[in-house]
Amino acid sequence: MADSKTNAKLDLKPVFFGKKEKKLLLDPLNDNNPITVQVLGICSALAVTTLTTKALTMAVAVTLVVGFSNLITSLLRKLIPSEVRMIAQLIIIATLVTVVSLTLQAVNYPMYKELSVFIGLIITNCIVMGRLEAFAMANDPWRSFLDGIGNGLGYGVILLIIAALRELLGKGAIFGFKLFGPGPDFLVDTQAISMLHWYTPNNLMVLFPSAMFVLAVIIWLHRTWNSKLVDVS
Amino acid sequence: MELINIFLKSAFIENLALSYFLGMCSFLAVSKSVKTASGLGLAVIFVLGITIPINWLIDHYLLSENGLFGMDLTFLRFILFIAVIASMVQLVEMVVEKVSPALYSALGIFLPLITVNCAILGGSLFMISKELNFSESLVFGLGGGFGWFLAIVAIAAIREKIRYSNVPAPLRGLGIAFIITGFMGMAFMALMGIDPAALVGK
Repeated sequence: MADSKTNAKLDLKPVFFGKKEKKLLLDPLNDNNPITVQVLGICSALAVTTLTTKALTMAVAVTLVVGFSNLITSLLRKLIPSEVRMIAQLIIIATLVTVVSLTLQAVNYPMYKELSVFIGLIITNCIVMGRLEAFAMANDPWRSFLDGIGNGLGYGVILLIIAALRELLGKGAIFGFKLFGPGPDFLVDTQAISMLHWYTPNNLMVLFPSAMFVLAVIIWLHRTWNSKLVDVS
Repeated sequence: MELINIFLKSAFIENLALSYFLGMCSFLAVSKSVKTASGLGLAVIFVLGITIPINWLIDHYLLSENGLFGMDLTFLRFILFIAVIASMVQLVEMVVEKVSPALYSALGIFLPLITVNCAILGGSLFMISKELNFSESLVFGLGGGFGWFLAIVAIAAIREKIRYSNVPAPLRGLGIAFIITGFMGMAFMALMGIDPAALVGK
């Protein structure tokens, strides 16, 4: 954090989208991924990843909330006294989450029902709070916004990978299209099976614990590939 | 009887940490030693037991249609709930500091962390979706907190031991913690078939 602060002081000429802005947007996708590296926002990552459509909705919702709460907090950062900043940040986040939740209710009510409490739990998603504390309270609005969107994307990518694996192996489908396993009416007509009928979907993958295992494998692969992230302690 | 039922159900069968995976951030971050884990667990019991009944009162007497303002204000739920949680945590912190400095030095650092623990807000939101009454919501809060306490102490004990095992380097720390949590979740899934009503002899 210290070096980004000095950087912001060094370039006096405001750059609209320079190298540093690009880094802010892309860093969370790999080196500083909110889920696999910073271990933030795990709760929702595990609970909503049974279906890819659910994960996609959640990823969009979280990206919007992080982006805009970063933007608003950064605009207000000089007005918020530091003793009450926690409550002030929470109110900003809660307002944005209410907006997102009401919008989702209006646009896609079945999806809202399916996500149940997890839309509300974006408020306590540590990614949002963490970015506000670590970045938005010390940086200008445009950069904070980019940082928020970047972290939202980093979160979304991992969410989609987990959800795709779980839906593919657990339900034999992806985005609801059936790929593996017996078709819905295979008891009546044995010919009506989908193309890859040798794989029988494993129900364990839809249950909660499998999300843990999938995430552990993703972390394993990510750290094997990017060895500077290995935990040495 | 009904209350014992709800306590057992919220503590074991619908364990907030291991069945819903709520509060995972602090669950993984603070479970490196049993001592700190039990400190955080106690603080969670405390805060859940206080905030859920308060949020119940707010939901029924301020936000519902036949409440104080006579209109449906449920869209304000998120904002009020999180404000209640944040201020209760602050209040609890001050009271504990005055009353028992020893407990404060044990819990002190964890109390602010609890505001952003999803298990607390999740508990309040589950309380709404389950449509509990006041005493049930109090028991639900305490039971949920107790279950979370058990879970974090258990994983901390396992992680203290696993430090001596030869885990592959990229899995060390976080990765192996996820796998352990997954197994613990599978163990808790076995409790889902239990009917607490039969246990308390109803």
